[in-house]
Amino acid sequence: MNARIISIAIAIVLLATLPLWMSGIYYVNVASQVLIYAVFALGLNILAGYGGLVSLGHAGLFGISCYATGYLLQLGFGHTFAIVAALIIGVAGMALFAVLSLRSSGIGFIMITLALGQILWGLAYRWISLTGGDNGINVKGRPAPFGYSLADPTHFYFASLIVFLIAIAIVAIFARSPLGSALMGTRDQPRRMNALGYHVLAIRFWACLFSGLLTALSGILFVYYTQFISPQTLSLTSSAEVLLMVISGGAGTLLGPVVGAALVVVVKTVVSGFIERWNFLLGAIFVAIVILMPEGLVPGSARLWRALTVRLARKRPATEAKP
Amino acid sequence: MSALTISGLRKSFGGLHVTRDVNLNVEPGERRLIIGPNGAGKTTLFNLITGDLSPDSGSIRLLGKDITGVPSRKRAHLGMARTYQIITLFARNTILHNVSLALLGLSPLRWNPLIDMKRQGHIVEDARAALKQVGLDRIAERPLSQTSYGERRRVEIAMALAQKPKVLLLDEPFAGLSIDERRDVHQCLMAIPRDVTMVMIEHNMDVALEFAERITLLHFGEVIVEGTRSDVVNDPRTREVYLGH
Repeated sequence: MNARIISIAIAIVLLATLPLWMSGIYYVNVASQVLIYAVFALGLNILAGYGGLVSLGHAGLFGISCYATGYLLQLGFGHTFAIVAALIIGVAGMALFAVLSLRSSGIGFIMITLALGQILWGLAYRWISLTGGDNGINVKGRPAPFGYSLADPTHFYFASLIVFLIAIAIVAIFARSPLGSALMGTRDQPRRMNALGYHVLAIRFWACLFSGLLTALSGILFVYYTQFISPQTLSLTSSAEVLLMVISGGAGTLLGPVVGAALVVVVKTVVSGFIERWNFLLGAIFVAIVILMPEGLVPGSARLWRALTVRLARKRPATEAKP
Repeated sequence: MSALTISGLRKSFGGLHVTRDVNLNVEPGERRLIIGPNGAGKTTLFNLITGDLSPDSGSIRLLGKDITGVPSRKRAHLGMARTYQIITLFARNTILHNVSLALLGLSPLRWNPLIDMKRQGHIVEDARAALKQVGLDRIAERPLSQTSYGERRRVEIAMALAQKPKVLLLDEPFAGLSIDERRDVHQCLMAIPRDVTMVMIEHNMDVALEFAERITLLHFGEVIVEGTRSDVVNDPRTREVYLGH
């Protein structure tokens, strides 16, 4: 337990001092992106990991809050209003998603969310009066909460870090709560949960709203980070990418989505500067993960580590016994 | 007032009539055994009683209350619990977590997203008490994946008992158990107090006959014979249908 508190403290200190030891604004920006996608992946993990409901339309929901922020700012509203409204619109969008897609689970759920995500992508392209179509929406300026301007990349990094830490803390609390356990129960034995007195559909619906809240939060961070939103962000590729973050890191674990987000973002941005075929590299990494640790990087590494320590512990008395 | 009353219950899947006009009356505290050859419609009858399936016609009353249209999850709140023929547990969690989930199912705490489930004193205590009833309290913290088949059968019973049901439905609780394990489960069941009404489906006649006071024989979805243990065992129709000679 103490070792756990110490490692959490070290992680927070490392993250909080990152701009000091990470040379260059470019890398600070990459770190901000990792945090934004980590919040997004944490949100999807609520459904795909803890709930067993794999969504292939989350980029559409992410996009809703991006466009809501951008559009409201464009109309001349203030940052606070735009952010709060975008959160509400994002969660409301998820609620609508949930009503339509929770009629089924498994492959049916995947297909319905996929279709809904594609509809949103199509709307972003064609509803030009609202979204600007292909040209997207430019966001002029970032907010300055308490006079602390986020225009500076380092400042923006800290804002993202705070949002990320809050997000991961509430997911951690949720995961060990009765409602979190009930959600995992509906993933493993929905019929049994029903017989035990749980309202399976309502539990899934709440999980959707929670997932939608985190997704909207990351969408707002994203649109302020890039200061631009276009239909590309809502594409199926984006949905698949965030799902890969969750799965490669370890679905249904707390740190898995974070590690997955770091992996994908670093390969996409940093490594792509050195290797032209970074897509190939990312694919190879995913294949390696699936072969070596199908449960994902975080639980997989934990398993390998345990196996290693057990083997070492076994070897030691054997070597001592030798003359 | 009867614990469980079923009248005129019918269910068919396409042209297959699985439950044909079944009438059943179980008194409070009774131990009822339902027997019948494979495909007689025993598990379907259970699924109708618990609400996993809805009947084509007929009615089900629990403690005098009509529950025919009540969804499955609410029947648990009204005092009905069941175990499954095919073990249906949460394999990734500990035994204690499994039983805690059963307890939370009936508690308003189940909607709470903020508290730590492991720190709810009364839930943990009640879960341990239920595990003690089936003799598993010593291995409560063990992951379910590291338990034997017989222990899992007992976890199923502990989960049902934890909910303090008034009517307990047991679907083949002895299926697939060794002689020793069967004895353990049998002891658990015999120790359940009389304020719980029990209805059991079972193939294993040695253990089941000892348990039952009244027996209902189902065949092709129909009640063929019903009565006390000796009545049913000695009835020529039982021999013909069930014992096969």
